[in-house]
Amino acid sequence: MTQGVFVITEQRDGAFRKVSFEAVSEGRRLADGLGATVTAVVAGSGIESIAGELEKYGPDKILVADDPVLADYTTDAYTNVIAGCVQTVDPALIIIGASVQGKDLAARLAARLDAGLAMDCTAIKLDNGKLTFTRPMFGGKIFADVEIESVLQIVAIRPNVMDITETSRDCVVEKPAFQVGEVKTSVVEKSMDTGDKVELTEADIVVSGGRGTGGKFDPIEQLATALGGAVGASRSAVDEGWRPHSDQVGQTGKVVSPGMYVACGISGAIQHLAGMSTSKYIVAINKDPEAPIFSKADLGIVGDLFEVVPAIAEEVKKIKS
Amino acid sequence: MEIVVLVKQVPDTESLIEIAADGVSIKKQDIKWVMNPYDEIAVEEALRIREAQGGNVTVVSMGGQKAIETIRTALAMGADKGVHINDPAAEGSDALATAKILAAACKEIPFELIIAGHRAVDEDNYQVASGVAEFLGIPQISMVIKAELHDGKIKCQRTIEGGTVTVEAGLPALFTTQRGLNEPRYASLPGIMKAKKKPVDVKTIADLGIDPAAVGAANRKVKIKALNFPPERQTVRMIGGETARDRAAELVRILHEEVKII
Repeated sequence: MTQGVFVITEQRDGAFRKVSFEAVSEGRRLADGLGATVTAVVAGSGIESIAGELEKYGPDKILVADDPVLADYTTDAYTNVIAGCVQTVDPALIIIGASVQGKDLAARLAARLDAGLAMDCTAIKLDNGKLTFTRPMFGGKIFADVEIESVLQIVAIRPNVMDITETSRDCVVEKPAFQVGEVKTSVVEKSMDTGDKVELTEADIVVSGGRGTGGKFDPIEQLATALGGAVGASRSAVDEGWRPHSDQVGQTGKVVSPGMYVACGISGAIQHLAGMSTSKYIVAINKDPEAPIFSKADLGIVGDLFEVVPAIAEEVKKIKS
Repeated sequence: MEIVVLVKQVPDTESLIEIAADGVSIKKQDIKWVMNPYDEIAVEEALRIREAQGGNVTVVSMGGQKAIETIRTALAMGADKGVHINDPAAEGSDALATAKILAAACKEIPFELIIAGHRAVDEDNYQVASGVAEFLGIPQISMVIKAELHDGKIKCQRTIEGGTVTVEAGLPALFTTQRGLNEPRYASLPGIMKAKKKPVDVKTIADLGIDPAAVGAANRKVKIKALNFPPERQTVRMIGGETARDRAAELVRILHEEVKII
């Protein structure tokens, strides 16, 4: 019988991504409301030992799919294995983190399982057994409340938005039989940023620079370092070649939802606002008091970023030391 | 190389989006409609591959009468022909149904490679291209910033959080584009003139063997119940102070003592 919540977690090189804990916590919350159980799955190679890390977020069962073929993510291998697990468990709801991997997997899985998928959701509401998903569209200019009318519902949750909640509960770990099936893709090379750079979409604090930097990102980087955050950039800063595409925040870049977003020398074009408006707290520094960014900010300073931003970094260091 | 590019007409990203009176759709007038920016990158990549290897580039788009503009834009950039799926019964289809229709259209075209944007910047579903690949039973590689073809295989560098991975697949395959893959060309005036004479096949869903009861607004699996604007923030609190240092100190004090984020 179709019931219960199935959570697809994500690990990379033996470390869970934070959105996995958000997904299991949200799964527990919804399952409690539905009177249902939570089954979490972790797939990878040599990952059996990490499965237990999920226990404190409240699943009833953890499935471990461990196979050398799953060492690196490929759409086909992961879709084959996870779809097999889903068919055995027969859940009513699948929750997955809307990371790069999660979005790719969720989309292929939805087509394989002929299920409705609400992508990149920022909230899930349960009312009389009915689920409503809130998801940004048009890069966050509009929020849609959607319902899914297929028997199986899939929701991908935006990283960094939903709460992580610990709960104590009995949990069993199982290693189900699974078929990897036909795999037509292979990972031939990986190139990861070195150092302890914080990933933009997972950072608690993002400090971004725009045209106002004139290409000098030193103060932005120094403030990000002082705050333990990541550096972002507006589209114009990326178009000028000052920062790589991977740093771009906006409707045609990354969408971020940090605890605090600090916009430095960014005027606030509509397509930039789309990428950061779900940030919990927004600080803007701009020399133009009329800049649109101030209409979206909680706190604002009018001034030259080359004077203000280094001074903020100094003050932060004072408090942290 | 026979290449299919999936394109969609969307509101320009600088457009102000307003909610229509029905509460579940947007006001479509007063919007500048453009080719989805990631699809422009897809068209450009297809043209570069054709220029290096020969072959044909076919653009496929689903949409009402207006969508022809986007197909013509792709043809003006240099694509060879277009397929326009224009059928009121398909209007309002969700991502899954759209993928079914596009996959059916691709089946009628000989292709070795399909290129699409990784998402359309209207509904932001990130789903259609994956669905097309699944319904065609071919591998997909998403968010690609570098693509190389050799010996019947495709090798793509794709972006992931904190780095890149290079993935190889046999053809036929589908990949989706990410910013950084290329800089799309502008249509030249001769290109625009030539585009007017290039063939565009107009198809209904019946032509593609699709059951109208499986697609369209009435048959969405993901139903939009309400559209809302993002919650308004409280009016910004501007921080005064004589010098930059004073203002910075006051900001950090508020963030530390009141907001407690530092």
